Amino acid sequence: MSPEARGTGALSLAALLGLWAVAALLTGDAMILPAPWELVAPLLQEVRSGELPRHLGATLGRVIAAFLLAMSIGVALGLVMGRSARADRWLDPWLVVFLNLPALVVIVLCYLWIGLTEVAAILAVSLNKIPNVATVLREGARALSPDLDAMARVYAMPARTRLRHVILPQLAPYIAGAARSGVALIWKIVLVVEFLGRSNGIGFQIHMYFQLFDVAMVLVYALSFIAVMLVVEWRILQPWERRVRRWRAA
Amino acid sequence: MAHPATLGAARAALAGGMTEVAIRAKAFGGTPVLGPVAFSIAAGDVLAILGPSGIGKSTLLRIVAGIDRDFEGRVTRPDRLAMVFQEPVLLPWRSALDNLRLVHPGLSQSAARAALDRVGLGDKGAAFPGQLSLGQQRRLALARAFAGRPELLILDEPFVSLDPETAETMLMLTESLIAEARPATLLVTHAEAEAARLATRILRLTGRPATLAEDAAPGQGGADDKGEGHGRA
Repeated sequence: MSPEARGTGALSLAALLGLWAVAALLTGDAMILPAPWELVAPLLQEVRSGELPRHLGATLGRVIAAFLLAMSIGVALGLVMGRSARADRWLDPWLVVFLNLPALVVIVLCYLWIGLTEVAAILAVSLNKIPNVATVLREGARALSPDLDAMARVYAMPARTRLRHVILPQLAPYIAGAARSGVALIWKIVLVVEFLGRSNGIGFQIHMYFQLFDVAMVLVYALSFIAVMLVVEWRILQPWERRVRRWRAA
Repeated sequence: MAHPATLGAARAALAGGMTEVAIRAKAFGGTPVLGPVAFSIAAGDVLAILGPSGIGKSTLLRIVAGIDRDFEGRVTRPDRLAMVFQEPVLLPWRSALDNLRLVHPGLSQSAARAALDRVGLGDKGAAFPGQLSLGQQRRLALARAFAGRPELLILDEPFVSLDPETAETMLMLTESLIAEARPATLLVTHAEAEAARLATRILRLTGRPATLAEDAAPGQGGADDKGEGHGRA
């Protein structure tokens, strides 16, 4: 990202903060909507007590686990469905069913069947995301170049080389798209999972402060994770995308 | 084509690194495209197949190359195969050097550099294909084909859509590379001049479904003389 683009991004975030400050001033009740600066003290208090890092870590761990699981299964499934018309005919109805199964139903069923465990939580989140990834990657697999396929075949490229250097680079934009929308969706579902059946994580904390009607703490916890995701976006996702797209710019 | 004879020939062909093609029929969704087509190519031979566009030349090549396996008949081909496509068909996300080394894992760094040098791309090893001109991309595809020391080389209209000067450079390069490596070569083109220059034998694809006809016009000897002349030059 150019310095100019980064500047625009910062400015746009500042505008959002400004909007929030104006809304808080108009509301005039810190119980309902505290102003941005009124969150600094509770934030520092939570960081110092170690509560925020602990719950943030728990949520981040679940997000990463569910993300990795959903991406690897979703990519594999999408690749198979995009490459084989037969597999697509068989699996497409499943995809439609799971795409339209509400996240809440999957979560409740996983907890009921598996119990209130970490496995159930992560599985429930992954199951919600897999059909999404598979749908995007199926489009990617359908768009794979038949010419490069023929080339790899004629020169008898080994399967691993072919996957890594011929197929995955073609799928990279689709994987990046699925990953970006995936992280956002997964973190939201992780919160619901924590809300309903875990004893740590941001969702658990929000549940607690919801019952105490503490809007400031709900915002502190929600915003701290959003801040983490912004850092991930700017420090990891975007640099990775730039590296993968280097050949286009060259 | 009696069956026992074909089988015997195929076995002999394998021993000598020969390419043996005996297609009985090929159809796309009920529409016959190729009728009986049979030929063999020995190492060092260059067989050109001429024909108008749409006759089924590319279909034939794809069958010989093993890309299309849905046909009646049999094809015996050596292990080391190379193909130059109508388009360069490079990996745009990998450097020129990696385009050689990923396709030929046994190729050393220095051998890959030498192969690039041979086609005049010695200083382009780090460039992505998108940074090369079309002519350079074509030469990179040629380098890739020869870097694997192919026993069978398949050329699918390799000089199409190039300006005359670039086409001439490519043609001379191909001629000398074939003379050095002496693979069995199958060239498909609709340009008579290309065929006459490169080929030791010319066949023509005609009719519908298409079959082969021996070409009468350019004599076999003539084509040979020309090829050797260039080899000496």
